[in-house]
Amino acid sequence: MMCEDSRRDTSRAAISLHDLAFRYAADAPDVVQDITLDLPSSAVTAILGPNGSGKTTLLHLILGLLTPQRGRISLNGEFHSHRRASRVLGLVPQEEPPAFNLNVLETVLLGRAPYLNLLQRPSERDYATAFRALETVGMAALWDRPIPALSGGERQLVILARALTQEPDILLLDEPTSHLDVGNARRILNLMRDLRAQGQTVIFTTHDPNAAATTADHVVLMRQGRVLRAGAVAETLTGNYLSATYDVPIDVVQDRQERLLVVIY
Amino acid sequence: MSAEAQAATARVAQFRRRLWALAGVLLLGMTLSLFLGRYPGPYFTPPATLRDNELARAVVLNLRLPRILAAVLLGATLAAAGTTFQLIFRNPLVDAGFLGVSQGAAFGASLGIVLLGGSAAMVQGGAAVFAFLGLAASYLMAQRLRLGDWVLRLVMAGIGVAAFYSAGTGIIKYLADPLKQLPDITFWLLGGLWAITWQDVLHILPVVLPALAIIFLMRWRLNLLSLRDATAFSLGALPGRERLVMLIASVAATAAVVSKAGQIGWVGLIVPHIARRTLGADAQAAVPGGMLLGGLFVLLCDDLARTVLSGEIPLGILTSLIGAVVFFSLLLSNKLELKR
Repeated sequence: MMCEDSRRDTSRAAISLHDLAFRYAADAPDVVQDITLDLPSSAVTAILGPNGSGKTTLLHLILGLLTPQRGRISLNGEFHSHRRASRVLGLVPQEEPPAFNLNVLETVLLGRAPYLNLLQRPSERDYATAFRALETVGMAALWDRPIPALSGGERQLVILARALTQEPDILLLDEPTSHLDVGNARRILNLMRDLRAQGQTVIFTTHDPNAAATTADHVVLMRQGRVLRAGAVAETLTGNYLSATYDVPIDVVQDRQERLLVVIY
Repeated sequence: MSAEAQAATARVAQFRRRLWALAGVLLLGMTLSLFLGRYPGPYFTPPATLRDNELARAVVLNLRLPRILAAVLLGATLAAAGTTFQLIFRNPLVDAGFLGVSQGAAFGASLGIVLLGGSAAMVQGGAAVFAFLGLAASYLMAQRLRLGDWVLRLVMAGIGVAAFYSAGTGIIKYLADPLKQLPDITFWLLGGLWAITWQDVLHILPVVLPALAIIFLMRWRLNLLSLRDATAFSLGALPGRERLVMLIASVAATAAVVSKAGQIGWVGLIVPHIARRTLGADAQAAVPGGMLLGGLFVLLCDDLARTVLSGEIPLGILTSLIGAVVFFSLLLSNKLELKR
């Protein structure tokens, strides 16, 4: 099932997208089109673009929640069933309003679902996995706190812990910082760096160029459903490309530690 | 194992003990209920009478026992279905009467009484068939809508289907013979277990037991199905298909018990609340807890219905009345806040 385009080196790609196109209805315009892209493993990739540029749609296509009209998606060079894919991909969704008063641990345990059949319930080993994830995000002490009683930042950490409990090869985060204050946003982004340092593949969407500049190794710039530019941070986060992505003048400067800072006028 | 993990394991064990204790209380309640009634004397039947009085023995074994079992099944079913609906629709204010199911049952029963001769089979069959048609119509309609997510579409379709059925029931009531048929419809709508026999219990068991078993066995999964579509999907679930299985199980069981007992309000709404607040929001505890509490609640209401007055009090009136009182007292004593 490997793609015929053998010149492309997909061996180190966590996710390979080939000639992808998607529209929500037959008579609707393409939301995502002409996307051929390799997303590297053991790296943090930011999918960056303005609102409505197709970032979340792309994420849902990778998840398998949406089926593309054209093109193929492989994970680690393979095509997976839905159930297998849920062990490879862990999702932190954009927004997750709590429905009932599940507590932190009960929520995180749901991350074990990909490993349990319809009638199984989490075992002691699943509890251990859940607690490891809670310790990673620093929320183990609050394990019996009901989700509605948490702050927005804490809730995001719990959802991240649930995704980690899936023990996924690839972590997908959909706008993980968009409804957090700067402090909580920074904590989440730093955590993504820490996870990457342990070899985790992390892919996140964002409309904030600075989040990409400070956190990502690799950036995909999206605009109107197409990839404008993809590559290492230094090659993609330039004033020209960012200005073209957002249609406003944008400059990129370096601070004294040679870190990139994005300035929007 | 960390201190937190140990505390979590202890918590699970504690909930399990509470569930077993509740099961014990229910069994005790069922046993005691055998000796409540109005024959030979009012209120209490001393066990000694059963040895000498053959008629009293027959009353206990052939009238009270099936009725007690039916009451427990009725309560367990309504509560389990209510818990399932509340989780799947992410809405604590729905029960299995949602999606045109109870309006369908009322319409079917009225139809059976007025147009199909009014035999028990016609009334019960009509209620069961139209309850299911309510679910099917809501579901098919929801598939054709193009707005919101799956849950919102089902809710909207359900409201429409329920309105159709209510209008239909109104027409049948208007056409009904006011001296013979209208009282029958009214009594069916009030609900009660006075006519339950062993045969009735055996009729509903093949539907109710498998349906309750499905809900019970998939109880942890219900937590997953209460998440949004994208999240549930990313956790390996097929939310649409799995929810449909749970809905069919809930509606099948509800249609079966309601066809025998008529409309019994409040149980499916309030018992899941009490179960969640006292045993935890995790469906692992809330589903079995709800089944046990629901069984106990309807058992107590039915004991009152058949014991307090020399005439029968319609069960539906008691469940609503007592349910509302319990609900308010919980609200006012702040007990409902405990497990927020």
